[in-house]
Amino acid sequence: MDTLRVLVVDDELGIRHSVSRALRDFTVVVPDVDVEVGFAVDSAASGEEALEKIDEQAPDVLLLDHQMGGMTGIEVIEQIAARELSILTVMITAFATISTAVRATKSGAFDFVPKPFTPAELKETVRKAAAHLMTQRRARQMAEEKRRVRFEFIRVLGHELKAPLGAVESYLTIIKNRTLGNELDAYDQMIDRCLIRTEGMGKLILDLLDMTRIESGQKVREVREINVLTLARSAVENVAPVAADRGIEVILHCEEDVLMLGDEGEIQIVLNNLVSNAVKYNRDGGRVDVRLNCDTEIVDIAVSDTGFGLSSEDRSRLFNDFVRIKSENTRDIAGSGLGLSIVKKISDLYEGSCSVTSELGVGSTFSVSLNRGVSLENPNNGSRGDK
Amino acid sequence: MAKRILLVDDDVDYLATLQVQLEASGYEVTSADSVDKGLEALEQCQPDIAVVDLMMQEQDDGFRLCYHIKKKTPTVPVIMVTAVMSETGFDFGAATEEERRWIKADGFLAKPVRLEQLIREVERLVEG
Repeated sequence: MDTLRVLVVDDELGIRHSVSRALRDFTVVVPDVDVEVGFAVDSAASGEEALEKIDEQAPDVLLLDHQMGGMTGIEVIEQIAARELSILTVMITAFATISTAVRATKSGAFDFVPKPFTPAELKETVRKAAAHLMTQRRARQMAEEKRRVRFEFIRVLGHELKAPLGAVESYLTIIKNRTLGNELDAYDQMIDRCLIRTEGMGKLILDLLDMTRIESGQKVREVREINVLTLARSAVENVAPVAADRGIEVILHCEEDVLMLGDEGEIQIVLNNLVSNAVKYNRDGGRVDVRLNCDTEIVDIAVSDTGFGLSSEDRSRLFNDFVRIKSENTRDIAGSGLGLSIVKKISDLYEGSCSVTSELGVGSTFSVSLNRGVSLENPNNGSRGDK
Repeated sequence: MAKRILLVDDDVDYLATLQVQLEASGYEVTSADSVDKGLEALEQCQPDIAVVDLMMQEQDDGFRLCYHIKKKTPTVPVIMVTAVMSETGFDFGAATEEERRWIKADGFLAKPVRLEQLIREVERLVEG
């Protein structure tokens, strides 16, 4: 249980006591953020004493009388504002006129309770204040978390862009300085490595654009009835030249239309990523099987390869941002480390799931399940985007 | 006698280019592309200095390797290298003495490392 510190400021001893009594065992459940809140109550008999206590330790909630012997409540609020403290203030006063209420609210008071009040009225006002505070705190925490995730993403992105740039720069320096004398073959290999690294950077930039498009939610999603079979055929055609060069057979196991509600661009990204990965990370002369299945609710896409396979450790982190499996087998393959993370993000939009099964040296199967008729609003609006 | 450098980085291109350049500058270079291979190489090549990348398969692989190198061969200086931008994360150039002691690295360089810069750092840390 969280505890909010409450400071009651009133020159009437009776009010201070009755507020303390009313809130002593009072708890509030804030359902939106799923917390229970209790209260620790302290009191002050004047504005001056209140400010002394605030300077020692600022409370979360201030229950503040307006008309007191010395400073008025509104003067206290102004002093708090001057100290740049954020304290949720509720005015309690016998002079509950509209003009005082307006002045207090303008100065930053959250709410207003007219005297005399019953314990129930006080509790209701405090409940609202607590709910407001806790919701605000949670929102701040979430914003902070979002900022941290973004920051971390940019930090790693910086690393992922700098590394290939550094590699290409070093190769070019060696070539320029003829560091290896007249070994032309060695220079050719270096140029090949430069091309692989720049291709990887290009892919990273394209994937970043895809990801921004999905995450921003600003671009209108064109959700309509689409045929996944057509998109799968297109993904298979895209990889056909590369697959043919390496003797890899790509087979699409589906004859019938597979219809669902979705954004064509998003589902195409999923299929392109899965099918092109299955070719890229395959062995020469291998095979790729693309299977589409559906029932009344779900479309299943499964893409199997005969590639190097993945360890269980690699499988567990494969759908995270910037994960690339580094090994002898993958060093010549241009990749951004974002493709599967994008697939995962898209499948989330369709209340779907992603998984991979794999056997080292034999191959892997990547499966994506998508809800066929998911509600169709913008991903950042409504409840769906929050799940 | 040529000074022996152990290079550890999971970016094979970085390893290949730096090795070529350092060898052309008269150093003897052993390279490894993971923490485990780095530790193996440490015993075999008995380097005068190690140059270790910070972020390999895991974000803190460099620290881990650095720690083990210092534990096994306390006299071998370690230079830590990273492409992580200082403005968004660690600022190794400004690492305090205390941080250096904790990490146990003797020098820090930002990627991409300039050859002259690395050689200057190697010469500073390896005597004779």
